Amino acid sequence: MEDLRSNILAYIHKHETCSSTELCKEMNVEHQKIVGALNSILAFGEIISAQPEVTSRLELTDEGRQVADHGSHEAVLFASVPAGDGAPQSELMKSVPNAKIGFSKALANRWIRLDKSAPGGPRVYRQVESVSDRIRHCLQMVAALSLDSLTAEERAELKKRKLVQEGRVTVYRVAKGPAFTLTLAKEETELTAEMLATGVWQTLTFKAYNFKALGQQPDCGHLHPLLKVRAEFRQIFLEMGFQEMPTNRYVESSFWNFDALFQPQQHPARDAHDTFFLTEPAACRLDAEQADGYLARVKAVHSNGGYGSIGYNYDWKESEAQKNILRTHTTAVSARMLYQLAQQPQFQPTKYFSIDRVFRNESLDATHLAEFHQIEGLVADYNLNLCHLMGIIREFFHKLGIRRLRFKPAYNPYTEPSMEIFSYHEGLGKWVEIGNSGVFRPEMLLPMGLPESVSVIAWGLSLERPTMIKYGINNIRDLIGPKVDLKMICDS
Amino acid sequence: MPVVQIEKAALCQCLNRKDFTDDEVDELCFEFGLELDEVTSEREMLAKEQGDAKAAQMGDQLSDAVIYKIEVPANRYDLLCVEGLSRALMVFQSLAQPPLYKAVQPAAGMKQMRVAPSTAQIRPYVVCAMLRNLSFTPASYKSFIDLQDKLHQTICRQRSLVAIGTHDFDTLTGPFLYEALPPSDIVFKPLNQTKEFSAVELMQLYSGESHLKAYLPIIRDSPVYPVIKDANGVVLSMPPIINGDHSKITLNTKNVFIEATATDAHKASVVLDTLVCAFSQYCSEQFTVEAVQVNYPDGRASIYPSLAYRQVDIQVDYLRKGVGRSDSQLTIDEICNRLTRMCLVAKATSDATVSVTVPPTRHDVLHPCDVLEDLAIAIGYNNLEMSLPPTLCTGKQQPLNSLTDKLRLEVAFAGFTECLTFALCSEKDISERLRLPLDSLPAVRIANPKTLEFQVARTSLLPGILKTVHSNRSLPLPLKLFEIQDVVYKSTDSSGSAVNSRQLAAVYYGKSSGFELIHGLMDRIMQVLGVPVDQYKLSATEVATYFTGRCANVLYKGSSVGTIGVLHPETLAQFDLTLPASAFVFDVEKFL
Repeated sequence: MEDLRSNILAYIHKHETCSSTELCKEMNVEHQKIVGALNSILAFGEIISAQPEVTSRLELTDEGRQVADHGSHEAVLFASVPAGDGAPQSELMKSVPNAKIGFSKALANRWIRLDKSAPGGPRVYRQVESVSDRIRHCLQMVAALSLDSLTAEERAELKKRKLVQEGRVTVYRVAKGPAFTLTLAKEETELTAEMLATGVWQTLTFKAYNFKALGQQPDCGHLHPLLKVRAEFRQIFLEMGFQEMPTNRYVESSFWNFDALFQPQQHPARDAHDTFFLTEPAACRLDAEQADGYLARVKAVHSNGGYGSIGYNYDWKESEAQKNILRTHTTAVSARMLYQLAQQPQFQPTKYFSIDRVFRNESLDATHLAEFHQIEGLVADYNLNLCHLMGIIREFFHKLGIRRLRFKPAYNPYTEPSMEIFSYHEGLGKWVEIGNSGVFRPEMLLPMGLPESVSVIAWGLSLERPTMIKYGINNIRDLIGPKVDLKMICDS
Repeated sequence: MPVVQIEKAALCQCLNRKDFTDDEVDELCFEFGLELDEVTSEREMLAKEQGDAKAAQMGDQLSDAVIYKIEVPANRYDLLCVEGLSRALMVFQSLAQPPLYKAVQPAAGMKQMRVAPSTAQIRPYVVCAMLRNLSFTPASYKSFIDLQDKLHQTICRQRSLVAIGTHDFDTLTGPFLYEALPPSDIVFKPLNQTKEFSAVELMQLYSGESHLKAYLPIIRDSPVYPVIKDANGVVLSMPPIINGDHSKITLNTKNVFIEATATDAHKASVVLDTLVCAFSQYCSEQFTVEAVQVNYPDGRASIYPSLAYRQVDIQVDYLRKGVGRSDSQLTIDEICNRLTRMCLVAKATSDATVSVTVPPTRHDVLHPCDVLEDLAIAIGYNNLEMSLPPTLCTGKQQPLNSLTDKLRLEVAFAGFTECLTFALCSEKDISERLRLPLDSLPAVRIANPKTLEFQVARTSLLPGILKTVHSNRSLPLPLKLFEIQDVVYKSTDSSGSAVNSRQLAAVYYGKSSGFELIHGLMDRIMQVLGVPVDQYKLSATEVATYFTGRCANVLYKGSSVGTIGVLHPETLAQFDLTLPASAFVFDVEKFL
């Protein structure tokens, strides 16, 4: 390569300008190699100039290239026939590549003859002592782009034998450039510490970079996408002045998960089909709740009502309230927090939030797992109403970039009024449910001891759904659990 | 939520409209708190269930009339049938007044139902009513059966709390007796059977019937079964399993005798009210029901259906504040009009109070807040003016969560990738697969898991991470994973509760064990946590999960907060891993 480049430069030095085909003939190498050498010289800067001219030329087919390298099929076959005794035809046909074409061409050229009646089957003998491989010679000339020496018959024959085809060849008109030189410096690929130390970098030429290639991936760690979205929601709540609730309590009593929320003991959600009950520890003691009469007040409001309510009119059982479960919502923790709030000497308006895991013993499908994350926000203050609830929900979703909202009446056992939150999904072109909300029932708040004029407004949604929409994930198992593809985590 | 089917034609008729677009129906449902679930037809439903071929084969037997499937709120039993749903919408659209339901006692005396003391052992309550001079159409007959079924599935809790039986009164002779007898003493011809069976034989017969076998356990093990008979000893029903064939209702039945037996008297009364309110519109004297007297063994007599109207006095101020409107924006008259559209007839009793009459169809109204919700629905939720709560507070994080987030970032900065696995797993995951004896673990056990994957709450983060490694073992090595989440331990005290513990676990999986990298990560975490060098060290120990001689306790201020080491080859084999791995697990809460 280096020799070729110096030779080219020397030739240009002598002739000022030439074509790449001329260089081919002169240097006796294929055109492709000349082009490679020219490109490599061009990479050094304006040493030479090269103007491309597209022309239509003969070029070798794959078979043509093989013949140019190893000889025509007939010459190869001829060479395989031993002088004198010859060889059996069947053997030649088996051992010589392209024997069929080679045999018929060599026969036509009268290079060989066939003795059909030889003992042991037809036998091939040389007819001449040596042959000149004209076809190979022609193809070599085509490769070197010196086509002038080919006759019209020769061209036609090469084409007919599919050894050459018409192709487009870019030929370059080469001339000296402004920085012409006869010697090329070696190109460096890397700037090294040694170059810096010796200062040699100042005299070196550096190979041009290919900026179109991709870089090497950094070896970094990644956070899980669901928990990244959790961080966004936490940030929104904190910006809005909400205080985080301690939700690190997966095992909860039925009392706090249901009874405290005025959810009756025969409610279907308390069925084994929906809720995970425990065998160990199967039930808990409700001593603290009993001590200040709270348990008795909850029992009363369920069984006979009170606080303006007629209650559910059934036989409330403490044993049912003691049953441990895996919490079905973080609202169990909200209830505990509101109860604590009610125990303060003076009620303090409060905003609480939490984002944590909850459990449902449901049938699993592409969008439902037995465990998922619930986002919950609540505000406790004097005289809050539906307008405040809708107002704070609007503010919350605006921060997420969701602007078109509407509210549908709904039923939740522990909120009244209750509203489902819908947003307009531009992609789907329809309203989709994005959360649930309501004002906690007086039957839940008043037994805790909260002042009558205090209302608690609350809303909740799942963390998985917005995350799946954000990252375009259709199956929840691709987001959570051990079967998750780590590439998804890295790419999200 | 329960779903009610209503034909488009029926809906148009009751709402006095020639036609509806599906969007209009959707909008009306949305406003009222219903959900239009599906727009379909008899043919489409069958095609969906049994395939297009079957639907095509049925030809003209199937109707193409448009059917709306509408989801109704779980506490609105009055909307569970077409009759109730369409009446509620008519009143909502001001096309009808709320009906006035009446229970009347016939001059000739009420029909009597005597309750025997033996029922106390199994199903102590019964309520009854009579629908007189009723005319069924095929559609209303089907709806009548459907509503009983829907009530059984919802408020009746699969017939365990309440079971309804309806009978052709003209085949029976009062007075009636509700008693409980040993199964072998109950013999009758049950519905749609050709011969008599004893209760013992029936329990056998129905154990193979898909729609009945679910109810058998409600009475199966009782020494006595409930049974209702007429004056001639004809068996009306053996609740909650099956009615007698003798008194079965047909399209031509004129007088329907309804009984509902129960373990919960209040729910039985609600169920009876709901049923008679919906279907008394087909009686010659509309919305009127004949009362029946139930005589209890203690001499108490109760008259059903109760059809009680309850008066609730509500402060107007409470209602106005609740929807954020002033006196001038929401007059008492408007409040009364709007509530009436929700079937809650209201009258102003002063400038400051309205008296609301809660009808027997609205057993969901427990408290004035339920009335407030109906007022808001009648105004339209989306017509209310939104405002932000005035509540001023300072945002605050849980210290444990804030520490967790700090650690997550630091560990990810160190080149580890976060996984998120399940809090529930199999017993094997936390014991055998980590080479630990199950009885040594303070695991919380689940009573009713649907699969083996949910037997226990995890006591370690390692199984989840190692399963994640297994699913990703074809990725370029090494894999460096971590998780900071809660594990759960059964409490050691007598409280009968359990506690979460926040743990951080990290795993290195590659061609070599990479222990020095895991160790380095632990050093880095201690540095980030600001633990002085002399307060943190590793001390050799043996834990079966780790390789012998390659395991240490992580000591912080002299006590163990976690373990670190090269995983035992058999631990790796348990998770089908073929390359070495190192790991640590420690308790984050010790560093709060």
